[in-house]
Amino acid sequence: MVAETSAPKTTPSIGDYLRNNIREYGLLVALVVIMLFFQFLTAGVLFRPVNLTNLVLQNSFIVIMALGMLLIIVAGHIDLSVGSIVAFTGGLSAIMLVKWGLHFSIVVPLCLILGGLVGAAQGYWVAYRKIPAFIVTLAGMLVFRGLTYLVLQNRPIGPFPKDFQLLSTGFIPDFLYFINPLPGVVTNFFALVAVLVLVALAIYYGIKDRRTNELHGTENEPFAFFVLQMGIISAVAIFLGFQLSTYKGFPNVLVVMALLIALYTFVTTRSTIGRRIYAMGGNEKAAKLSGINTERLTFYTFVNMGVLAALAGMIIAARLNSATPKAGVGFELDVIAACFIGGASASGGVGKITGAVIGAFIMGVMNNGMSIMGLGIDYQQLVKGLVLLAAVFFDVYNKNKG
Amino acid sequence: MDNIILEMRAITKTFPGVKALDNVNLKVREGEIHALVGENGAGKSTLMKVLSGVYPAGTYDGEIHYDREVRHFSTISDSEHLGIIIIHQELALVPLLSIAENIFLGNEIATNGVIDWPKTFSRTQELLSKVGLKEAPTTRITDIGVGKQQLVEIAKALSKKVRLLILDEPTASLNETDSDALLKLLMEFRKQGMTSIIISHKLNEIKKVADKITILRDGGTVETLDCHSEDISEDRIIKGMVGRDMEDRYPPREPKIGETLLEVKNWNVFHQQHRDRQFLHNINFNVRAGEVVGIAGLMGAGRTETVMSIFGKSWGHKITGEVFMHGKQVDVSTIPRAIDAGLAYVTEDRKQLGLVLNNNIMHNTTLSNLNAVANNGVIDDHKERKVATDYRSKLRIRSHSIYQEAVNLSGGNQQKVVLSKWLFTSPEVLILDEPTRGIDVGAKYEIYTIINQLAAEGKGILMISSEMPELLGTCDRIYVMNEGRIVAELSKQEASQESIMRAIMRSGEKH
Repeated sequence: MVAETSAPKTTPSIGDYLRNNIREYGLLVALVVIMLFFQFLTAGVLFRPVNLTNLVLQNSFIVIMALGMLLIIVAGHIDLSVGSIVAFTGGLSAIMLVKWGLHFSIVVPLCLILGGLVGAAQGYWVAYRKIPAFIVTLAGMLVFRGLTYLVLQNRPIGPFPKDFQLLSTGFIPDFLYFINPLPGVVTNFFALVAVLVLVALAIYYGIKDRRTNELHGTENEPFAFFVLQMGIISAVAIFLGFQLSTYKGFPNVLVVMALLIALYTFVTTRSTIGRRIYAMGGNEKAAKLSGINTERLTFYTFVNMGVLAALAGMIIAARLNSATPKAGVGFELDVIAACFIGGASASGGVGKITGAVIGAFIMGVMNNGMSIMGLGIDYQQLVKGLVLLAAVFFDVYNKNKG
Repeated sequence: MDNIILEMRAITKTFPGVKALDNVNLKVREGEIHALVGENGAGKSTLMKVLSGVYPAGTYDGEIHYDREVRHFSTISDSEHLGIIIIHQELALVPLLSIAENIFLGNEIATNGVIDWPKTFSRTQELLSKVGLKEAPTTRITDIGVGKQQLVEIAKALSKKVRLLILDEPTASLNETDSDALLKLLMEFRKQGMTSIIISHKLNEIKKVADKITILRDGGTVETLDCHSEDISEDRIIKGMVGRDMEDRYPPREPKIGETLLEVKNWNVFHQQHRDRQFLHNINFNVRAGEVVGIAGLMGAGRTETVMSIFGKSWGHKITGEVFMHGKQVDVSTIPRAIDAGLAYVTEDRKQLGLVLNNNIMHNTTLSNLNAVANNGVIDDHKERKVATDYRSKLRIRSHSIYQEAVNLSGGNQQKVVLSKWLFTSPEVLILDEPTRGIDVGAKYEIYTIINQLAAEGKGILMISSEMPELLGTCDRIYVMNEGRIVAELSKQEASQESIMRAIMRSGEKH
């Protein structure tokens, strides 16, 4: 037999490319369609600057937790306890801030560490004692909810000091107010400039990436496609940025969230840790026999989840301006659903940060839109459930067809 | 006069790319014990799967005559209805159910779905006394040993009115007493007129019970020996099993053997699950630079367990012994340490243990040595691409790019990806476990060529294979293992299929 090592395939056609990447674009298209749909049904309320700001504030913590949950799901596990960790760390922060009068610059890092410890406590049983994560975190869900009631003694604690509240309610100030050319329309000129700069950077790096790929003979997406995609994403980003800039600008949480999304995208696509998590989720035994310390890796994904859940807990507490024992009930389901809508596989090894983020926003937009329309929680849950099932069915259908 | 119960005529079965059975004939007389022997991969199990309907009629060529009629079995239950029962090597019992429940599983004594327990228990008792098993029908399978489980399987077969009982390696995991009991039982059944086909590697046992022996080789029938008309020696059977020419199947090589690289001394390991059972006894061996060393043995001899226990203690429990590289003792207690010591292990089962199937070639290639293509934990795309591209062309991995997912590659190309992964860790000793299992002849040749190249570069190769010709064709030295011990060390000159088989058989009789 003669080996015929064919040359790397030349540029695929747009059709091929679409077919291969249908999941990611499908998701983005779905989000846009859902947004337009509710924009229509709510008679234009959805895209109003105030509502867009609300949308970000209401969903930031789900997105932040989805980042950690995605890693856990990719690693082949699940975490049902995040809702309880949210309440627990929120409660602890309230005690430290309100009862003990500590400054937030001490409380915030302390709570993040505590969240990490909670994650470590659960990760230990999953990673080193081989107890299924479903069971460990189900236990954790009950234990930490119970602890929350204990530490809060069944009563909400609040209000919080002003500086801590800014975490959720604050906005990035308009550093560039003095050169604002349209003071009547744009109320936060800095936000608009920031969006334009980011879009410009994205285009610059996108083109640069294509150059290096060409240099190394690696596949690129078709150019027309690249232009189209960049065009649409830029237009949407500029539109949303503009809307926000006509209100109060960027909420602080939006910046935190965006930085975290960037960080986790980088970790999952470029770092050795990310690569190893995907390999472990894809085939744990093979990964272990390849010299990867799978136990330690699993342990750290849970620690990471705990830290992110603690951050979410503080954001929620700051937003509600009180820590209640009932905070975060059912959040684990929204977070997990976001990951699965975003294309993560329940058997591990598959899933993307961008997918989970879009998934979280699909859920968020539906919540928001249905609330504006005045639909009750009953319909909201029903619709969300069906959307989750449909998204996963779409995945399975696609996989079988391909 | 001849009362033929089963005749399989000109059976040919092809899998994509492989002819597993080629014009096989088998004739079994009523009331005899017919042994089916052959090397691993000779086609014994495939033939029995054709017979029992696991491969339904139509997926193979040839005819099956059973009880004087042509039969077309399309499911296992078709053949079971006519009394053909097969007992596989891996027992098909549900561990947490009782003996009675297992015997009548899928065949319950019930009216309208309500099980008649008293009748079930009394029938079970009857069957158990027939096979000579003194256990209560309510005992759970997990609480009895493998030997007794085997008897439960036979009782289950009896409950289905068996006429032709097929046993696939029934004594492979049994100790001598249990084996003897089982063979006596078969002879008892023969007196009652039952027919059995027994697949076995243990030629001494076959000699004891068989009336006829059919030998398969490379998917074809070699001959059928009649044990009553002549005295058949084990050597005679072995000759039939292995006699074939092997020129041109292995690329030529001039071994240049250097200093000792890997040396393992007094290696003792207890079983991973049955923790009080010692599985490997006092293993000693070495591999030198530029040398290809083989480990021969039957399935279950402990070959894979030996190398896995050395490679980061990834198998077994209570492991004792020393490992040396270049004469210096090394720590191989975890997989990363074993890799650092210069070992690499290409697993037997590349889909389950070797590859991350939904990852692409590039990701699989760099998995074991990711830090070499990364700076401070950040992967350098260009470096990684270059590594993957280099190995792809060096090992001639046929794929449309390094981005192709491993799951879409052929067996031979998958194996090359696994090899790439381990070569990228720059090992000094490469352990290959069944490196050519399930890949076609052409790809095998390429794998052998790669092995030769690596040896020529001064690496030590330790190769486990169940295909003896492959070991003889590629190795400079062969260790023979049986029942957790190294029972012989043969130089290239001494090694032959006969000498290996003899070493295994002799050691088997000693214990």
